Amino acid sequence: MIGFILFFAWLGFGGDYVWSLQGHHPFPWVGIVLTTVAIFTAWHAYKTGPEKVLWSTGAHEVIDPQTEAERQVANVVDEMAIAAGIPRPRLWIVPDDDPNAFATGHDPRDSHIAVTQGLLRICTRDELQAVIGHELGHVKNLDVRLMTTLAALVGAVLLVRDGMGRAMRGGGPLRGGGRKSKNAGPLLAILLALWIVSWIIAPLVTQLLAFAVSRRREYLADAMSAQFTRNPLALASALEKIEGVAAPTASIKRGAAHLCIADPLGRRFTNHEGWLADTLATHPPMSMRISRLKGMGYAQLKKEGGSFTSSALG
Amino acid sequence: MWVLLAVAVIAVLWMVSAYNGLISLKNQTVNAFKQIDVQLKRRHDLIPNLVNAVKGAMDFERSTLEAVIQARNQAVKVNASGGGPDAVKQISQAENALSGALSRLLVTVERYPELKATGNIGQLQEELTSTENKIAFARQLYNDTATQYNTKQQQFPTTLVAGLAHASVTELWEIDDQAERAVPQVDLSRR
Repeated sequence: MIGFILFFAWLGFGGDYVWSLQGHHPFPWVGIVLTTVAIFTAWHAYKTGPEKVLWSTGAHEVIDPQTEAERQVANVVDEMAIAAGIPRPRLWIVPDDDPNAFATGHDPRDSHIAVTQGLLRICTRDELQAVIGHELGHVKNLDVRLMTTLAALVGAVLLVRDGMGRAMRGGGPLRGGGRKSKNAGPLLAILLALWIVSWIIAPLVTQLLAFAVSRRREYLADAMSAQFTRNPLALASALEKIEGVAAPTASIKRGAAHLCIADPLGRRFTNHEGWLADTLATHPPMSMRISRLKGMGYAQLKKEGGSFTSSALG
Repeated sequence: MWVLLAVAVIAVLWMVSAYNGLISLKNQTVNAFKQIDVQLKRRHDLIPNLVNAVKGAMDFERSTLEAVIQARNQAVKVNASGGGPDAVKQISQAENALSGALSRLLVTVERYPELKATGNIGQLQEELTSTENKIAFARQLYNDTATQYNTKQQQFPTTLVAGLAHASVTELWEIDDQAERAVPQVDLSRR
């Protein structure tokens, strides 16, 4: 959050400096405006993030469950909230046939969980429980606050960049022309280049930040799901099912990808390891997650003396 | 001189945080225990409605339904009477009897797959499963929290302030029904 505001301040005041080197307006209005915008955007993103994310997916809230599936998922959310020891989150259903789920909100007292209809269709009760447990893990770790704010910020940066780009194409060059050569030195050129590069990479930086945060948190949430349900193999089999249906989740937009249990964009490098995947994927490789969960499952079985009581040995 | 002072300040700060940590865990444990009560009470309130909803469709299994109602009434009575030297034991006995009656009902429902199609029964099955799960998860949360609390107050540096925080080892919830505890025996040798 602070980094975001500082980054915008650099963009703004940097621009002013470049301009003032050119001998224009000494008053740093661009910097002040941009910093204000950044502070306001950050605050606004924090406040309205959950509503925005839910709205963008077209989810509807389940208040009075009607169908069998809705009743079951509402019960499962109740159970997992008890297991996690947090208040019951609000439940939303996304009308999409691809299996996926995400959590959003500010803190455990104000949280939302959304599941797609596809998830309800393919998962057994145990698997559903594991997926909801994973999402509640995010809620309990306060990941939702960070990740929802990041989702809103990624959107805001894109918006501001596009808007500023248009404004500068319109007005900047006209006023800036003519007096360029007077103070132009290597310093100016370097600053100008740095500044322009910053503008170009602004959305990228925000997005990379979101990715990095998200990947590490996925393993933790997987482990918390196992702690709540005491059934890591159920989550493993749910993840296998979700991965098996490879179609991208159309109703979940790019900016919210890192909130989901599985990458909704169906990007292939989510399943590879290595530098590129480490930088660009929102989620750790599915095979790694599944093998860790299975490891937990077998350790548990061994401890119980080899009694095959688990229902999800698939 | 200054070094001593700094050490004293650090020691006091550590004591405050360790004390507060213990108190917070203690209250979480109490709260988790109360959650079990809440879920048990919810079960008592739910059963009459559930049984009424399926009475018509399950007329031929009247005895199973009656056993559930009876166990439920017994549990409510024991809970209401409260007091007594072994109240906790009586309550847990009554609740276990109720769990047994409910699981027999579930098994009965499973035996008639054609019943599931008639609306209410499928719902009954889901509600019963969910109710039993809720109680199990409430107990699990209590045991997890209590274990954390017990470990914290016994571990070395924190144990120094345990007396100050009036921390004492809490008992975990155990299954005292022999039938529930028994590990299912699987005989794979075929004869």
